Amino acid sequence: MTAPIETTGATEATPEALVEGVDKSRIEGRSLGRIAWMRLKRDRVAMAGGVVVVLLVLIAALSRPIQSIFGLDPNKLNQDLVDPSLSTPYGSFGGMSWDHPLGVEPRLGRDIATRILEGSWVSLLVAFGATMVAVVIGTVLGVIAGYYGKWADTIISRTMDTFLAFPVLLFAISISAALQGGAFGLKGLQLHIGVLIFVIGFFSWPYIGRIVRGQTLSLREREFVEAARSLGARGPFILFRELLPNLVGPILVYSTLLIPTNILFEAALSFLGVGIQPPQASWGGMLSSAIDYYQVDPMFMVVPGVAIFLSVLAFNLLGDGLRDALDPKGRR
Amino acid sequence: MKLRSKSAAMLAVAVSVALTVSACGGGSNDDGEGEGEGGGAAANAAIDKVLNASDKKGGTLVYESADVPDSMDPGNTYYGYMWNFSRLYARSLMTYAPGPGAQAAEPVPDLAEGPGEATDGGKTWTYKIKKGVKYEDGTEITAGDVKYAVERSNYARDVLSLGPNYFAQYLQNPDDYKGPYKDKSEEGIASIETPDDHTIVFKLDQAFQEFDYLVAMTQTAPVPRDKDNGSDYQKNIVSSGSYKFESFDLDKSATLVRNDQWDPKTDKIRKQLPDKIEVRFKVNPETIDKNIEAGKTHVMFDALGVTAQTQSQMLRDKSNMLDNPTGGRLTYLAMNTQLAPFDDVNCRKAVEYAVDKDSSMRALGGEPKGDIATTALPPDVPSHEAYDDPYATEGSKGDVDKAKAALKECGQPDGFDTVLTARTERQDEIDNATAIQAALKKVGINAEIQKFPGGKYFTDFAGSRKWTQDNKAGLYMMQWGSDWPSGYGFLQQIANGGALGESGNTNISYLDDPEINKLLDDSIADPDKAARAKAYAEVDKKMLETAAIVPLSYFKVLHQRSDKVTNLVVSQAFSGQYDYLNLGLK
Repeated sequence: MTAPIETTGATEATPEALVEGVDKSRIEGRSLGRIAWMRLKRDRVAMAGGVVVVLLVLIAALSRPIQSIFGLDPNKLNQDLVDPSLSTPYGSFGGMSWDHPLGVEPRLGRDIATRILEGSWVSLLVAFGATMVAVVIGTVLGVIAGYYGKWADTIISRTMDTFLAFPVLLFAISISAALQGGAFGLKGLQLHIGVLIFVIGFFSWPYIGRIVRGQTLSLREREFVEAARSLGARGPFILFRELLPNLVGPILVYSTLLIPTNILFEAALSFLGVGIQPPQASWGGMLSSAIDYYQVDPMFMVVPGVAIFLSVLAFNLLGDGLRDALDPKGRR
Repeated sequence: MKLRSKSAAMLAVAVSVALTVSACGGGSNDDGEGEGEGGGAAANAAIDKVLNASDKKGGTLVYESADVPDSMDPGNTYYGYMWNFSRLYARSLMTYAPGPGAQAAEPVPDLAEGPGEATDGGKTWTYKIKKGVKYEDGTEITAGDVKYAVERSNYARDVLSLGPNYFAQYLQNPDDYKGPYKDKSEEGIASIETPDDHTIVFKLDQAFQEFDYLVAMTQTAPVPRDKDNGSDYQKNIVSSGSYKFESFDLDKSATLVRNDQWDPKTDKIRKQLPDKIEVRFKVNPETIDKNIEAGKTHVMFDALGVTAQTQSQMLRDKSNMLDNPTGGRLTYLAMNTQLAPFDDVNCRKAVEYAVDKDSSMRALGGEPKGDIATTALPPDVPSHEAYDDPYATEGSKGDVDKAKAALKECGQPDGFDTVLTARTERQDEIDNATAIQAALKKVGINAEIQKFPGGKYFTDFAGSRKWTQDNKAGLYMMQWGSDWPSGYGFLQQIANGGALGESGNTNISYLDDPEINKLLDDSIADPDKAARAKAYAEVDKKMLETAAIVPLSYFKVLHQRSDKVTNLVVSQAFSGQYDYLNLGLK
């Protein structure tokens, strides 16, 4: 990946122009970005995914302000809208109305639209946070393993194998259950989100780590790296100035693809009752409480299901498009 | 999801009693007052009378269960439906006869000729055992078999740990008897005497006037010593009742057939109607509902009631094929009376006023799942007495002003933070906690909900004094039903301060009120039944006065009834389940 461009850029660099060469490679990088962007723009499906992703991020970021502007409260009970003997909302489609465009929950009568809105920032925050944790750990350890090789590689690679073999779900369930109440100076919602980010991120770094290690392995034998080394460049310089810029592409692609996985993971944990705790809204939690009503009040299950589905699909489409766009061997 | 872990923790009396849905008594439903098209009987027809009373014999009665029982062994089970069902193959000294309303909650002699004779002020209980009662293999049942059954079920907790152990609690045990599996001597425990083959004498440490209820537990059903193989006995149970096992396949099914050695002359309660009784385990609950509707299955074995789906459909269609009785259980909010700020009665009163019981009842699943409660004893537990609710609010919706006034009096005018616990596998309990959290927030009390697995709720969390103190957790969601149908059976475990320990508490209000303790201790020694009932009603009132609990709902269960079954009646002795003893087929 990115081989021809980098090779040209690096071989052209003369010793005196080394500083300038860095500059040059930045220009090359930019043009690489421009090429990728042009390719991406031509990919309508990826662009559609991208638009949805941007919208999602906007919604999630503005979730709380939107709520306070419109006076929405995701935990407000509207039990007068729920039939006390059936436990399901009055009216059709789960109690849809102008006040409650997506209906209300059975039993408690909380507004579903508001809860979806409130759940969006939880889902995305956990997904982004966990991905960030995974990317940081994965990149650092992947580069070290790939560049230094030998025993560093052996240790890190075996650690990655261990993590991949770990029963993540069981671990997540037990750690979430054990950490109720308070830990690390965090309490309540902060704690639950923190635990989720940690657990999910801590167990998905090997995926990124392996890819980065593989890329580093092939890059470190390249001429431009050898050239830098022959000019007296040391480990850290080569790592940060020569290798990392060339790893940005794959890292970007795989983290975009890791985000939807993490959204699903968060939903799964909340679904199992060990993620976000009530009454805080989360998509997985909503899905889980909808099970009891899937026949008599299907809307309650459809809405969070669609929310999860759309966001996962959008991130995947964008990620696929990015991979195609950043792949120099791509035909477009 | 649906972890519904059915752990039969021995300490957590409530865990198992609560999971085996139950109840009895007169709940009435708006739907279907008239005669229905389908079955001919109205909704709730099996609550106030025995429906389709009949002596017709024959057929195969089919039960289906969503789960498996802890054990089929009558000496090793804590599930209400197993106490109910095992009477078919196990005759205890006393038992409960099928019947509507309070009459089912009165123990009647079964293996015994009559109720126990109390001497020594209620410390010694003597039962005469009927002559000529035989096991399925034709050998006669003797007092020694009953003694052995009590020994194995109560004194060998390492082998049989699943049932209650009230006998071990109340019987004298000066020599520290270790149970029949360790102590192989013929004599057994000294405090149960068998002067002849048809007399059995129990000697207690203290006067206990409700001993007839204890011997009505299935643990007094005789077990032949030479056929007993510990926890595996459930696979080769020797029947003393009207039916015997033809086959039992753990986790799959059980088939019972008529026991030809059972003699109706020795038994006034049992009818022996169907030719065969089949129980199928681990069937999807929705499948069970559909099978009952289609007539392929007759009764839901574990009596959990219909699924939410079926409930909505049946109520929407105004079906008559349902019974919606109360279950002798109370859903309530317990407050830790030994933890600040709840150690101040005014802070507890603030919660009493703040809680919106109407909202809580709706969160639990609405009218079919419970009636709004104002007392500790549910109306279908004998000795329940209605009285004016000291914390009545308009429409039971809570009163913010009164709550705030009470908060001021306890020196917390701005409210405070606390923790509210609920059990993970119970979605309705979590929804209920959510409703309570919302109501408390209105008066400034911020309760953080924390969920814990039901199997450890009493041992490690709400019932552990250390945990509650360390985590400043003062509020607990709770549901309670009694092990025997009396005020004492209900209250003793949730109000008696004398029994408080470090963990495993079911008295999670940590209530230790000398007056209540004395009332309970005195009343159980009082032979006058009416006076006892009065004392229990008194305890009920005092629990509310001290604001130790906020009663939320009287639990109700919604059964789907099959129109093919005869002698259907909801039993108060088995917390609102159909009485399984004499069910037959049309």
